[in-house]
Amino acid sequence: MYNFDFVKPGSVADAVAALAGEEAQPLSGGQTLIPSMKARLNAPGSLVSLTGIPELVGVCREGDTLVIGAATTHAQVARDAAGDFPGLAALAGQIGDPAVRNKGTIGGSLANNDPSACYPAAALGTGATIVTDRREIAADDYFQGMFTTALEEGEIITSVRLPIPQASAYAKFVQPASRFALTAAFVARYASGVRVAITGASENGVFRWAEAEAALSSDFSANALDGLAHSAHEMIADLHGTAAYRAHLVGVMTRRAVAAAGS
Amino acid sequence: MPKDDGIGASTKRREDTRFLTGNGKYTDDINLRGQTYVHFLRSDVAHGRIKGIDSSAAEAMDGVLRVFTAADFDSAGGIPCGWQVTDKHGQPMQEPKHPILAEGKVRHVGDPICAVVAETYAQARDAAEAIEVDIEELEPVVDMKAALKDGATKVHDDLSSNLCYDWGFVEENKDAVNEAFNNAAHVVSLELTNNRLVANPMEPRVAVGDYDPWGDSHTLYTTSQNPHVIRLLMGAFVLNIPEHKLRVVAPDVGGGFGSKIYHYAEEAFCTYAAKVLKRPVKWTSSRSEAFISDAHGRDHKTKIELALDADHNFTALRTETYANMGAYLSTFAPSIPTWLHGTLMAGNYKTPLIYVNVKAVFTNTVPVDAYRGAGRPEATFQIERLVDKAARELGVDPIELRRQNFIKPEEFPYQTPVAVVYDTGNYHATMDKMLELSDYAGFEARRAESAARGKLRGFGIAHYIEACGIAPSNLVGQLGARAGLYESASVRVNATGSISVYTGSHSHGQGHETTFAQVVAEMIGVDANSIEIHHGDTSNTPMGMGTYGSRSLAVGGSAIVKATNKIIDKAKKIAAHLLEAAPEDIELKDGKFSVAGTDKSVDWSGVTLAAYVPHNYPLEELEPGLEETAFYDPSNFTYPSGAYGCEVELDPETGKIDILRFIAADDFGNIVNPMIVEGQVHGGLAQGIGQALLENCVYDDQGQLLSGSYMDYTMPRADDMRGFTVDHSCVTPCTHNPLGVKGCGEAGAIGSPPAVVNAAIDALHRAGHTHITHIDMPLTPSRVWAAMNG
Repeated sequence: MYNFDFVKPGSVADAVAALAGEEAQPLSGGQTLIPSMKARLNAPGSLVSLTGIPELVGVCREGDTLVIGAATTHAQVARDAAGDFPGLAALAGQIGDPAVRNKGTIGGSLANNDPSACYPAAALGTGATIVTDRREIAADDYFQGMFTTALEEGEIITSVRLPIPQASAYAKFVQPASRFALTAAFVARYASGVRVAITGASENGVFRWAEAEAALSSDFSANALDGLAHSAHEMIADLHGTAAYRAHLVGVMTRRAVAAAGS
Repeated sequence: MPKDDGIGASTKRREDTRFLTGNGKYTDDINLRGQTYVHFLRSDVAHGRIKGIDSSAAEAMDGVLRVFTAADFDSAGGIPCGWQVTDKHGQPMQEPKHPILAEGKVRHVGDPICAVVAETYAQARDAAEAIEVDIEELEPVVDMKAALKDGATKVHDDLSSNLCYDWGFVEENKDAVNEAFNNAAHVVSLELTNNRLVANPMEPRVAVGDYDPWGDSHTLYTTSQNPHVIRLLMGAFVLNIPEHKLRVVAPDVGGGFGSKIYHYAEEAFCTYAAKVLKRPVKWTSSRSEAFISDAHGRDHKTKIELALDADHNFTALRTETYANMGAYLSTFAPSIPTWLHGTLMAGNYKTPLIYVNVKAVFTNTVPVDAYRGAGRPEATFQIERLVDKAARELGVDPIELRRQNFIKPEEFPYQTPVAVVYDTGNYHATMDKMLELSDYAGFEARRAESAARGKLRGFGIAHYIEACGIAPSNLVGQLGARAGLYESASVRVNATGSISVYTGSHSHGQGHETTFAQVVAEMIGVDANSIEIHHGDTSNTPMGMGTYGSRSLAVGGSAIVKATNKIIDKAKKIAAHLLEAAPEDIELKDGKFSVAGTDKSVDWSGVTLAAYVPHNYPLEELEPGLEETAFYDPSNFTYPSGAYGCEVELDPETGKIDILRFIAADDFGNIVNPMIVEGQVHGGLAQGIGQALLENCVYDDQGQLLSGSYMDYTMPRADDMRGFTVDHSCVTPCTHNPLGVKGCGEAGAIGSPPAVVNAAIDALHRAGHTHITHIDMPLTPSRVWAAMNG
């Protein structure tokens, strides 16, 4: 790790100001950033911690929407969302291990947009709104490919607003070494229709599976997916699975998520 | 019932208190006054020619003391290889120089080029980034078969090819073996890979070199399984330091699994640089560095064939194996695919004719050497996969085919056609025990229950033999070992009766401090708490060979028994004097010496005090004091064996395999501490199951390590296993060591991989996937799914 300055502002305004500094980077739970700094792959001039800003932490329900502060840890979401949005709580409770869940945050995960991370599936699968210090971004516009998002330089996620579905579930097939998602599906049923988001599988990061959404919107059952197969085009191929295997798992995990969500 | 702390008691491991409370003293805990830190600049290409090194900017940086390159080691030797294999034509293997720092060429990702020593580790690492190394990249040699083609790029320019040796065993049997195949009623063959593994001990390697200019003496603290071997290799062959000026200390060591047997360049560097700089020099490997600098394990590609007669008796076996040596020869690398592998190819069976061919190959990868089991897992995997395949092809029960060909209990000692003589064993008994514990009879009902849930259940077996307790020195000398393989012990009885034992074995997780104390406590009849076990310091232990090959109790324990017997003999003479009786009339029981048939006695501490305060003592006949040293050289290997059963459930939608039951019925001979034995088996099983399902060290075609961190190298975790049933009630004691023990450290890693793979293949066949005859390890979900849908 190289030397860097560290600041821990107490407000979003102060954080935004600090991020205007040269080579400044925001630090939330640090579960990706700190290991990459230790490997000397990342060398920020200063780190601006977002975990000392009270308004960025917490889970609360506003009508049919669950609002989660960006610096809320996975462990807290797993605990505090369990009553209002059990599908999301279950997803949060499967991320990494207890140490990761007690440090890593929803905002950090969404800002990083790792193609194998869990939270992007929940955000895209619910049609969430990503709230930043300067605007609101619909999930459908937010995710722009592997490690790429709509965030501008110095823009901070402050909260995530997730519409609470009638039923939802996350089915994750883990990459055996990292235990990130090798392929995972988040399925959410709303009065307006069903959303299906897939993570871990695509070279373009998290995506919606439109054919499955259409089929499930008319019949929310695993059987509705019979005969549907996802293309292996632009699927990730690596040590842990071929493109064809991941494409196959898209179907398997989606069916399992639907079955787990119930009706 | 055994005593609470004697032989046979499940005494709690006394060392665990300090380990579990964070009070172990590991090499990285050693910090000396004035200590400096070294960072190695390592090659990031697999193969290249070093055109130039400019370290001037680095040397000018804050805190930097010096940048070393190969030129600084002109007077030093290369890292030596401890075993010379002779090829099938009687010629010695090709043995390239292994320099401390790369000379002229880099030969694998991780090959150290420069070493930067600075006041702090961060300064050393910063400075290393300022070094400019001009490397002309060369075509890397990664695939073993491609490496042997005419015109292939050579890893070592001064060798004739990338072939280290082409070994035939037993070469004289080759024609007879081929003849048997020509006359066979059935021939079954299989091509398989034994996947390359990274040892991954919990504690990475560390070395601290220290130099005392007043005594011109060196001390190396290092994470080693065998400090005396390091002292010998480094002192005599690399740095030219005589033994009396070189102390090597291996304190608490957090696991080795073979990877800490070898003498590594970093050890020689720290020792040497400490003298140059007149300051201690410390190196602590990062985990990332460990992946590209610790010796790897396995990495064999094999074709194996079995000939059977019309009655399904095995008549001959032949194999052709390509064994990856990596870029340089690690300390014992040449011996692993040959003498620790070829000699085990009889397995538990009476196959009368065997021919083993091994081609050892240099590639631009990290050196490969022994890893838990070392050669024997490779042999067992081939045999037990092939026997299973034979049973399927012949349509017979795999258990019955094994039983039919097993060496029978009354046939021991048994001379195999591959040189070794098994002293004892009862393979029918271990097989029966395993099947009983498996509830094999209930399998079909469990399979039906899985099928109802859409899952495929299978049961796989494997029976293994291993040669442990390495080894008779005169034998291994004939086979090319450049060392003896005895073990040493000194037993120092203190004046008040407490006992300090110094063993040449080294404990890095095995529990010697507990087990060895149990042995001495049992022999003398004193409380084990009055016995302390010391190891790991060449300054106070007699020359010992260390711990590997499941040898500590069988060889090191035998040395302790021998030394303790000398103590008892002398103590009896002292007691005889005190009791005014003849030594032959003295009996030792429960720590008390008595004259047979009388009530006259003296207790242990009465004798030990007399030895050190010899006021009433036969000084004319007997020296004062009570301290004895013994060296034990075994007359044969030991041959642990066992039957392993594995029950898996396979998810046909994802290809994921879950191990539902694992049963190990081992014959380890006599047992000193059953709890420690069970723990050793658990650890071995975890690593064997890891190899079978999870672990894989993979290079791409450019020689880049794709599985260079835990993000991609899958370590087995607790939730990958649901517990094991471990039994060691089948006992055929070793006939040639005093404890009748065989060793248990590697068994789990040797016997489990074929059991797991056989279980997976069984599940697939029972579900109708009969076209799948083999899947290479690790059986990842992706591979299993591909086999089912290929």
